[in-house]
Amino acid sequence: MRPEPAPGRVLARPYAGFQGVRSATVRLVVTTIIFGVVILGTIVELLRRRRLREKYAVIWLFTGCLVIVLAVFPGGLNRVAGYVGVASGVSLVLFLAVVFLLIIAIHLSWEVSQLEEETRSISEEIALLRMDLERSLPDVPARHEKGHDDPTERSS
Amino acid sequence: MTPPLRVLIVVPAWNEEGSIASVVHELHSTLAGMDVLVVDDGSTDQTALSAREAGAVVARLPYNLGVGGAMRLGFRYAVERDYDTVVQIDADGQHDPAFVPQLLERIAAGADLVIGARFAGVGEYRARGPRRWAMTLLSSVLSHLAGTRLTDTTSGMRASSRPLMNLFSGNYPVEYLGDTVETLAMAARRDFRIEQVPVAMRARTTGQPSNAFGMATVYLGRALVVLLLALIRR
Repeated sequence: MRPEPAPGRVLARPYAGFQGVRSATVRLVVTTIIFGVVILGTIVELLRRRRLREKYAVIWLFTGCLVIVLAVFPGGLNRVAGYVGVASGVSLVLFLAVVFLLIIAIHLSWEVSQLEEETRSISEEIALLRMDLERSLPDVPARHEKGHDDPTERSS
Repeated sequence: MTPPLRVLIVVPAWNEEGSIASVVHELHSTLAGMDVLVVDDGSTDQTALSAREAGAVVARLPYNLGVGGAMRLGFRYAVERDYDTVVQIDADGQHDPAFVPQLLERIAAGADLVIGARFAGVGEYRARGPRRWAMTLLSSVLSHLAGTRLTDTTSGMRASSRPLMNLFSGNYPVEYLGDTVETLAMAARRDFRIEQVPVAMRARTTGQPSNAFGMATVYLGRALVVLLLALIRR
């Protein structure tokens, strides 16, 4: 990958150009590593503050590690790409990234649907319990009678 | 004509303080001996208070779930308290309680789901454009599915038998149109007996029906989605 300039030849301009390409590659590696580290750091911090459940964190930790590995060995996937008929490892990474994000998005929609069903059941349960409560304690309605100002109105 | 049924009238109400009291009063005076449960679907106005003062039992959901959510609560309440039949009546006053006994007669005769239907010869109700097409499409598909002619599949006036209440208390769609269209499909696909009774509906006492062309087109699209989903759902 690193053709040494032939000794004795004066290649001022082409060599300078090659240097530019090379430093660009290095910068890309650094950028990608930083990106991966930021992902890892964010996830770890969220876990540390108990803001993220483990079951969601694992996949992002794994992704962060993968980003760092690929940053250090950008050509690492070229061989795999060749096997599945993709021209370069970079294209393969892009393709897999899109598929991966799509699956994550679908999964999250599914989780949200489940949560909505759960909150719906709970709110029905609350309404039934409140009825029982209002019957056994006659003075309860007065306290709760005002309409509530719920900003999370859903259209139906 | 008094069928030996314990009947619960369920009135889903969302911000209907203007009409709920008169609806409850009318239900009590027209249908003596039937319990009225108003499900306050997270109203921000005085719906619950008005309904209670009018003499209804009121269940209040902590936030707005939509008609489907309110109705499932009604069905759960009815099943827990061992009612034989649930009759759904809208809170805006467009359903005439005088037709409820006809619905109940069909339930007593063995029907599982009885729909109070406009377009069936009584009263006047007109719709045109995309809304009309949507209604025609829904009627033809659901009529075919139910094995009987249904002219008003989105009617919110309906009576359910005990076996159907058991189904609905566990599973009642909450999406828009799901509470009417999808429940029909659910019942039809489980071989429940569906019938309709012609009713006249009144102009709403409050609120405005949406008639704009754009809204009606969206309505058609949503009806299609709900219908397709209802047909492929388990």
